[in-house]
Amino acid sequence: MATSGSVPTTPLLKDELDIVIPTIRNLDFLEMWRPFFQPYHLIIVQDGDPTRTIHVPEGFDYELYNRNDINRILGPKASCISFKDSACRCFGYMVSKKKYIYTIDDDCFVAKDPSGKQINALEQHIKNLLCPSTPFFFNTLYDPYREGADFVRGYPFSLREGAKTAISHGLWMNIPDYDAPTQMVKPLERNTRYVDAVMTIPKGTLFPMCGMNLAFDRELIGPAMYFGLMGDGQPIGRYDDMWAGWCMKVICDHLGLGVKTGLPYIWHSKASNPFVNLKKEYKGIFWQEEIIPFFQASTLSKEHDTVQKCYNELAKQVKENLGKLDPYFVKLADAMVTWIEAWDELNPTASASTATAATNGPAKK
Amino acid sequence: MSVQIEDSEVDIVIAALHPNLTPFLEAWRPFFSRFHIIVVKDPELDSDLQIAPGFDLKIYTKSDIEAVAKSSSINFSGHSCRYFGYLVSRKKYVISIDQDSLPAKDPSGLVTDAVAQHITNLATPATPFFFNTLYDPFRSGADFVRGYPFSMRCGVPCVLSCGLWLNVADYDALTQSVKPNERNTRYVDAVMTVPVGAMMPASGINIAFDRLALGPALLPGVHFTGEGKRRWETLEDIWSGLCAKVVSDHLGFGVKTGLPYVHREGDGTKPHGSLNKESEKVKLLDDALPFFQSVKISRNATSAVDCVAELSGMVREKLGAVSPVFASAANAMDEWVNLWKSVGAQAE
Repeated sequence: MATSGSVPTTPLLKDELDIVIPTIRNLDFLEMWRPFFQPYHLIIVQDGDPTRTIHVPEGFDYELYNRNDINRILGPKASCISFKDSACRCFGYMVSKKKYIYTIDDDCFVAKDPSGKQINALEQHIKNLLCPSTPFFFNTLYDPYREGADFVRGYPFSLREGAKTAISHGLWMNIPDYDAPTQMVKPLERNTRYVDAVMTIPKGTLFPMCGMNLAFDRELIGPAMYFGLMGDGQPIGRYDDMWAGWCMKVICDHLGLGVKTGLPYIWHSKASNPFVNLKKEYKGIFWQEEIIPFFQASTLSKEHDTVQKCYNELAKQVKENLGKLDPYFVKLADAMVTWIEAWDELNPTASASTATAATNGPAKK
Repeated sequence: MSVQIEDSEVDIVIAALHPNLTPFLEAWRPFFSRFHIIVVKDPELDSDLQIAPGFDLKIYTKSDIEAVAKSSSINFSGHSCRYFGYLVSRKKYVISIDQDSLPAKDPSGLVTDAVAQHITNLATPATPFFFNTLYDPFRSGADFVRGYPFSMRCGVPCVLSCGLWLNVADYDALTQSVKPNERNTRYVDAVMTVPVGAMMPASGINIAFDRLALGPALLPGVHFTGEGKRRWETLEDIWSGLCAKVVSDHLGFGVKTGLPYVHREGDGTKPHGSLNKESEKVKLLDDALPFFQSVKISRNATSAVDCVAELSGMVREKLGAVSPVFASAANAMDEWVNLWKSVGAQAE
């Protein structure tokens, strides 16, 4: 049964959470987030020209990596990190030493709820991650652990403890995350509907994971959050987060972890150029039709009991099944393996992590 | 792939568990008056019904039920009497709302039209094969998000629309005992498709469905001895909903949940007296869970009635020995299939 009684305060987790931000220009948007982000350590991944200086507003505790740093730290393995694409953010996940990651785009601002109050997106993500998920049976009142809600009549009691939450996927007011064709057909559409719910995406169901406003438990699922090969020299873009989301969901379903979507909202201010987007997405729109059935049919076995083992197995399956679709997938599969090697090198104590072994212990140094 | 639903294609089915239907009907009048209404009187209710005038309304009573289903072992008393209404309806769509539920207000204070919302839900496609993070892509102001496969954007027909409840939420007896004063005040402005393969508790308090496509799968399978009129004492809708979801998934249709809300009064009674009966019920769903998680209907079953016929055999085989409740459910499902074939099939 979900807890009743007084509303507990959400812990800050300021020593257990890193905020990862990819950027190519500046971080002025952080000023608006200052009341919510200042207690946290930021990992800034600078894409594009490494000689450019990125201005970080005063008072934030951060580490910044540009392309030279990525090359220096990873050596030849740096080939798995995208260049000239926000997919490079996953380098930040790899170098973080914290249990939780929150990642946000630099054109995302603080949204307001219907009462006009500013939304502390990070606090909501933390709540989402600290509460169980319910992937095995859909609760029609959405998140049963939220104050004022519970499991409904007919929800099996044996499932009411829920599963550990690996992912908290937030949404966006204003400019919605549409693909290029939809943007072109509906250039003026804005998301003005505030849906006051968090819910678990059922086991066995895939979804499009957007990286604009996303938090996850790095110890539970970090190695699966590779954002693929996009951008410079690659035939595709704007599928980085999608790719990570499909791999992640197959693995979470296999390991019995939960994925939540819904609150919190952020305010997405910039619509990227739909013509540029169409060029980036073009191949993806066709490839997606093969990729989705591939992920839907993908199976993992009992021997794949860590995220890394699952991911390496997926890489094998990608090469075997999608390699014939385009040689890009052979390259991507190799990059997936490289990613895991790099992850394990940079995170040696977590190299044998399993979903069951992960705990809410003290932050790693 | 949206369809146009005419008023003449809709029946509103109301189970009368208490004699005075007038306050309920008056509250719903602005939304019900255009439609034909079927009232099924609980066969265990002795008093005459009080019904507000001015509705196109037909009442079915114990004698009607006995005339049609006298040799059946199906128990049509209490909340299960509504299934008789589903059986005798001759419309394509049915909307059913509990007698203790009234029109709800949205956060702006506007009274919402649950009937119109259910009709919209049934008229627009469902999207069960991939989860859209902006919920119903067919709602104005929303769409499919980046990464949603284009080949899945037509959706499939929505055959079941499960609405929700403000005020007294549909909790089981144990939860209500622990949280007697909790009221649902959160209006979640969303409709979404419950993905294929995902199971859910489909509460019968506020529900609508495509009777032609799914009708036989909304079935009176589970009725507990001594079951009363309080929702927390029943699981008939939950069992029915699990069967209906399996059938809908098999036939390639979709099920939506979310809006509309109704404002549920409940009856003010506390569940403590029912708690001794709860332990058997509590176990039942957990016992049935592995069955519903793994059940596979054969490709030969291409209609809802065929699916239910197959399901009943599988319930008997896999669950019959687990509890007499399931053995009875299998029998009830067989009889329901026969009734449906002889009485229920045609629509206007």
